[in-house]
Amino acid sequence: MAAHAHKVKRYHGLLDWLTTVDHKKIGILYLLAGGLFFLVGGLEAILIRIQLIKPMNNFVGADTFNELITMHGTTMIFLAAMPLLFALMNAVIPLQIGARDVAFPFLNALGFWTFFFGGLLLNISWFAGNVPDAGWTSYVPLASPTYNSGHGVDYYVLGLQIAGIGTLLGGVNFMATIINMRAPGMSFMRMPMFAWTIFITSALIVFAFPVLTVGLVALMFDRLFQANFFETASGGSAVLWEHVFWVFGHPEVYILILPAFGVISEVVSTFARKRLFGYSSMVFATVLIAFLGFMVWAHHMFTTGLGPVANALFSIATMLIAVPTGVKVFNWLFTLWGGSIRFTAASMFAIGFIPTFVMGGVTGVMLAVAPADYQYHDTYFVVGHFHYVIVGGLVFSIFAGLHYWWPKMFGRMLNEWIGKLTFWTFFIGFHLTFFVQHFLGLLGMPRRVWTYLPNQGFDTMNLISTIGAFLMGVATIAFLVNVVVTSAKPRNAKADAWEDGRSLEWSIPSPPPEYNFKQLPLVRGFDAWWKEKMEGHTEMTPAEPPGPIHMPSPSFLPLIMSIGLFIAGFGFMYDKLYLAIGGIAVTLFCMFLRSVFDDHGFHIEEEEQEKGVHA
Amino acid sequence: MSAHEIANGQLPHEPEKATLEGRNKVLGFWLFLGAETVLFGTLFSAFLALRHNIGDGPKPSELFELPMVFAATMILLFSSLMSVFAVQAMHRNQVKPMLGWLLITIVLGLAFLGLEIYEFTNYVKEGHRMNTSAFSSSFYTLVGFHGAHVAFGVLWIGLLILQILKKGLTVVTAPKIYVSAIYWHFIDVVWVFIFTVVYLMGKVG
Repeated sequence: MAAHAHKVKRYHGLLDWLTTVDHKKIGILYLLAGGLFFLVGGLEAILIRIQLIKPMNNFVGADTFNELITMHGTTMIFLAAMPLLFALMNAVIPLQIGARDVAFPFLNALGFWTFFFGGLLLNISWFAGNVPDAGWTSYVPLASPTYNSGHGVDYYVLGLQIAGIGTLLGGVNFMATIINMRAPGMSFMRMPMFAWTIFITSALIVFAFPVLTVGLVALMFDRLFQANFFETASGGSAVLWEHVFWVFGHPEVYILILPAFGVISEVVSTFARKRLFGYSSMVFATVLIAFLGFMVWAHHMFTTGLGPVANALFSIATMLIAVPTGVKVFNWLFTLWGGSIRFTAASMFAIGFIPTFVMGGVTGVMLAVAPADYQYHDTYFVVGHFHYVIVGGLVFSIFAGLHYWWPKMFGRMLNEWIGKLTFWTFFIGFHLTFFVQHFLGLLGMPRRVWTYLPNQGFDTMNLISTIGAFLMGVATIAFLVNVVVTSAKPRNAKADAWEDGRSLEWSIPSPPPEYNFKQLPLVRGFDAWWKEKMEGHTEMTPAEPPGPIHMPSPSFLPLIMSIGLFIAGFGFMYDKLYLAIGGIAVTLFCMFLRSVFDDHGFHIEEEEQEKGVHA
Repeated sequence: MSAHEIANGQLPHEPEKATLEGRNKVLGFWLFLGAETVLFGTLFSAFLALRHNIGDGPKPSELFELPMVFAATMILLFSSLMSVFAVQAMHRNQVKPMLGWLLITIVLGLAFLGLEIYEFTNYVKEGHRMNTSAFSSSFYTLVGFHGAHVAFGVLWIGLLILQILKKGLTVVTAPKIYVSAIYWHFIDVVWVFIFTVVYLMGKVG
């Protein structure tokens, strides 16, 4: 075997990051890029709240306000929330299932770079002076060429299309990884809960994202080639866009929240120092939520006029989702029950998540009541609801996951005191911002309005909401300070950094060597690492003898392919055919190179395996 | 076992599944086809929702010429059969017959594309353009997406033929042949639906 040791060019410094196919480094890249877009989206949120701090305010113009809400929503969903989840799944999933990498390391890198350049394209709109302003749902006819003749919506369409390729690749990759690359002995029902939720989320991505792709293609053809998908005057249908968008859009909500459930399950179980209560019911609930998630899209369209039968069916289907979700909530509570709970920053975020998410779920059931929805629709009640689910659910769990897995990703423990400060400021700021929005909505304040008249009962609550938003800003800054402070400390996190780790990632050094497992572990039960520890073992039982480890080579191609698509995006937008063809040709040529030149990878010999590994 | 470790030895039975890389590739490709199914499903839905809105353009029953479309269908079905023979030859480790079948596959694919281009240019002459009506937009998008898939498949399989000539049949190249054959069947199946939903229903509806 060793005779085949190929010499592979290895890069250092910045070039290493541009060419890496290592899932752990790609995870960090996702964290950096997703974090950057999170800051951009957060800044947009703060500007929105400053505009709404008092009645008849004139801090930003009405046009800018529309651009801000559109870009805030789009950025936060596609460029912050999803990449931050991809950061966690890249960092953790191969480790949790006992694999040396994902199934397709090259595609993994390609997915990151397409996401990054798609996001970049979308955000360049701020500098091009043509910002999307038709809302994150980009409803037609508002987004049609007739009513939106600038290039704003083109940035939305092409940016999301390119970023969407990355997401789809990620979904295929993680599904294949989890099906094919689990360590010996790790049956599906021995997988950690986070791995299960990522598996189901990946399936949702694979089956939901192509719908968005088609929707965006249709809108792009309408805008660029005068097609008539959504042009009612020529026989098109505006309701078709709503259907297509939400057939994608509702599973997207579960793409976001299922991984959050997974993170919370891991963190709650670790810090309650108990086996996750009702593991198999958790798995079943996850699958059921994903399944039902595909048949409730029209609850976003109750006021569209689909008729009472359709509304009733979608209403009932939506309420059904509360059942498996309730199963999950009770399982977390029963996991905590009787546990010896450690209140670390990570576990506080997880425990804070539970009541917050329940509130978001309850308003969800309220919204599912179709007749009542006529009252709530397009008011701040809806804004309150989905921020409770996405911020109170997803962002809490991302913070929980980052505090929990930070030592595994970087080899350093985040400062607990600053972490708790982050939690309290974020928790209080969050509820201040969004709790009052429910009442604003019930009082009749419509969403997406630039300003409002005084003395309608909106003034005080809007002020409170803005103060809360600033507090969340403070929490984010506290987290950034924590990151900086931590990075100055020595890299001394233990392998089992919290001492109570249960799954495989805690059985290997922090951060893990680039091949993860020197010998693939033999999994003998659920909570594999915990089981070994309870039997007095200090490491996993190996499932193979030590030997040279085969690794994939780094490559520039993913980066160049994404740049090609980025250039083609501009070509399409500004009717420069040569740019469009040139950009796509660059991408196709890279595909050609990838196909023709086999990647032999390289081997890490046994004697090199200890090099640079921190115990 | 990684791909190149057994590349120089005896070719195993079912070489496309002999390595973890190969198995990953086959599984990942099936998953990708799942996504493709949703993609075409959405295009079909849009077409079904809009197909009666023909505006001032020609009716589908006046427009479509079934004999030619039927010929195209047969060509594509036969081309799919040829790729089955190619994979069977691969499993018998007969490289030259495999290349022959693959070559016939893409020649038939090119014939199909030729007919489609001829068909589209005729339609444009008869006033059925992308911007004519909602029917025409959804027609060109659905059938055009399929055509683009055929074109990509022809280029892909053509490239694979050249690779096999250079590298021979190995555990690295075998999965590529295998997944390209799955892909080719997939676009064939999509065409069967297009023939039914677009052309036959267009004639009678």
